[in-house]
Amino acid sequence: MFGTYLRRELIGRRKQTIIIAIGMALAIALVIIVNSVSAGVRNAQTTVLQSVYGVGTDITVSQAATPPAEGGTDGPGQRFDFGADAGATTDGSTTVATSRLEAARGTTTFAASDLDTVTALQGVSGAAGTLALTNTTFDGELPDFSQMQAPGATGSDAGTDTDSGTDTNSGTDSGTGSDASTAPQGGADGAGGSSFNVDSFTVLGLDPAADAVGPLSAVTLTDGRGLETSDTGTDNAVLDATYATANDLATGDTLDIGGTTFTVVGIVGATGSDAETASNVYIPLDRAQAISGLTDQISTISVQASSSTEIAAVKAAIEKDLPDATVSTQEDLASSVSGSLSSASGLVSSLGTWLSIIVLAAAFLIAILFTISGVSRRTREFGTLKAIGWSNRRIVGQVAGESVVQSLIGGAVGVAVGLLGVVVVNLFAPTLTASASASPGGGMPGGAPGAAGSGGGSGAGDAAANLPAGGFGGGQAAASTTDVVLNAPVTPLIIVIAVALAVVGGLLAGAIGGWRASRLRPAEALRSVG
Amino acid sequence: MYTLTSLTKTYSQPKRTVTALNGVDLTIPDGQLVAIQGPTGGGKSTLLQMLGALDRPTSGSIALRGDDLSTLGEAKLATIRASEIGFVFQGFNLIPTLTALENVEMALVPAGVSAQERVHRATQALESVGLGERATHLPNELSGGQQQRVAIARALVKNPKVLLADEPTGNLDEQTRDEIMDLLEGLWRDQNLTVVIVTHDSAVAKRAERRLRIANGTISEVA
Repeated sequence: MFGTYLRRELIGRRKQTIIIAIGMALAIALVIIVNSVSAGVRNAQTTVLQSVYGVGTDITVSQAATPPAEGGTDGPGQRFDFGADAGATTDGSTTVATSRLEAARGTTTFAASDLDTVTALQGVSGAAGTLALTNTTFDGELPDFSQMQAPGATGSDAGTDTDSGTDTNSGTDSGTGSDASTAPQGGADGAGGSSFNVDSFTVLGLDPAADAVGPLSAVTLTDGRGLETSDTGTDNAVLDATYATANDLATGDTLDIGGTTFTVVGIVGATGSDAETASNVYIPLDRAQAISGLTDQISTISVQASSSTEIAAVKAAIEKDLPDATVSTQEDLASSVSGSLSSASGLVSSLGTWLSIIVLAAAFLIAILFTISGVSRRTREFGTLKAIGWSNRRIVGQVAGESVVQSLIGGAVGVAVGLLGVVVVNLFAPTLTASASASPGGGMPGGAPGAAGSGGGSGAGDAAANLPAGGFGGGQAAASTTDVVLNAPVTPLIIVIAVALAVVGGLLAGAIGGWRASRLRPAEALRSVG
Repeated sequence: MYTLTSLTKTYSQPKRTVTALNGVDLTIPDGQLVAIQGPTGGGKSTLLQMLGALDRPTSGSIALRGDDLSTLGEAKLATIRASEIGFVFQGFNLIPTLTALENVEMALVPAGVSAQERVHRATQALESVGLGERATHLPNELSGGQQQRVAIARALVKNPKVLLADEPTGNLDEQTRDEIMDLLEGLWRDQNLTVVIVTHDSAVAKRAERRLRIANGTISEVA
């Protein structure tokens, strides 16, 4: 009889059932879509971070950049000095070139021994140290200075000066040297002018033996081979595919890094569709330290925890043992992801969540109010039921049952609409751009000078520019720009939660409505009979 | 069957207190057909609600076969209503979304009988009021008289000791009224019920064994 009565009531009072169901459906659909999209955004962020920090990096350890010393220039001096006989001189022009390898601007290096401290900690399953450097080349063409002479410089002045007073050089020049007053020649423009070029690229020194953790653990080999343990101490380099293509370099070519010639043994590419890896060039750590003069220094430690539950404990242990270090987890780094992906993330988490809560509360309220009003309309009916022997409990159960079924109907429709919405999102498959800087500047590369992006506030499209390899003073921390396709996953869990929410809503409305029904006194309910 | 002792019921309204029943003493023996007449507002409906355990007295006692209804808890009262008392109302009070058969079944739900037995007994009850072929009709497909018959079937399907009727023919025309009264009388005799009918209609009251009159909360016998 419970089922029959329930069914008849829901069908008989269709309007109420439909309104409650629609309210619940909207709320449940929204919950599913928001949850799914935010999971997709989180996945996308993880992908971006992986392309920079590598798979398996749970924690990065770095040191905050020290502010420039008073009175000093910011960063290492950018002076390039050439001696008088530097460069090669041909044909009236002198070509000079020099390169320098130094710590990437905005980074602070610290002792490599800290890596041993971290590796020894409990909960750490792997750790690797890297040194982020920038190689700056300076080359240009100068006129041949040996050809440009001051008057009387090369010949001997045949006249003797017997003037005892101030010398006004009254002698005549009868030397046989060349005429100093000839127009300047040579140089870059052929008329005594000069031109210079400044270029830079990023270099990452890493330990070839530790390839399970760190930036190279998530790249694909596109040509040649990666760095192997045997490469320690050798002048072998691996290039980022985008950099190699832009500079027309291939496996087997040579490359000048800080004055040393390196051989390209392989090329790697990022897993993102249009991405760069964390650095333009990768070389063995010991060579990086030696050439840059940063002996026994590293700039970042990538740490892998033995399980995700250990991450917080490992972070605390590192902070305790290395008080000067900046220790960042994936969550901290997530805030370093800029670009339209981060806009989407912000939008989904704040607006999406709030909207879901509000709509859910509204749906619950609609269910409660309509159930109460339904009970009021059925005063005589419930009074009669009490008169024929129905207990309060039975009547409350009937009302609650009707309410739960109404909400479940709404929940079922909501799940269907929600899944449809997710399908639409995935069909649409928006491509979001994200950039995460590999600058170990405490996880705040968005603010570091010259770093890419600007906190994602620029809306749609490419909010993060590729850092140019050239540009004086630019090209600091290597940044990875990734295009990520937003994919909204649906887990069975969210569907279960959605249905549970509908049941809770129904029970709440049923309990309140049932309470109202139980308070009806049969005598009063029947008094309306007259 | 019933013993009422100094039964008093007052209602507190915003402006005044209404005394519906004023120290009523009454005994109704088993198997009696009683009609209670009186002016509107005299206390008829209140008395019926007391007899039907639908409300509690303000003071005094009312005993149904030894159980003092004024002292029992709500759950126990519900059980008594479910098994001992059948109720028929002026407005029929059938559930509009259920068929005639299902309406009758509703009275057997608290008894916890199996669905099969419920249907069987409800069908029999409907047949005993002459509505066997209308089992699947909804109330709005039935005439007033037919609806009241369904209500009577519902009241009697659980084999109660008492049948209480509040103006059972109040909404019916004369001919139907007589038919319903014939039905009630027949059932009264067949099932040895104690029947209490509240009515303002003398034609109905005349058919009872015993006539009472209630006015201003006090009861008196009518010769």
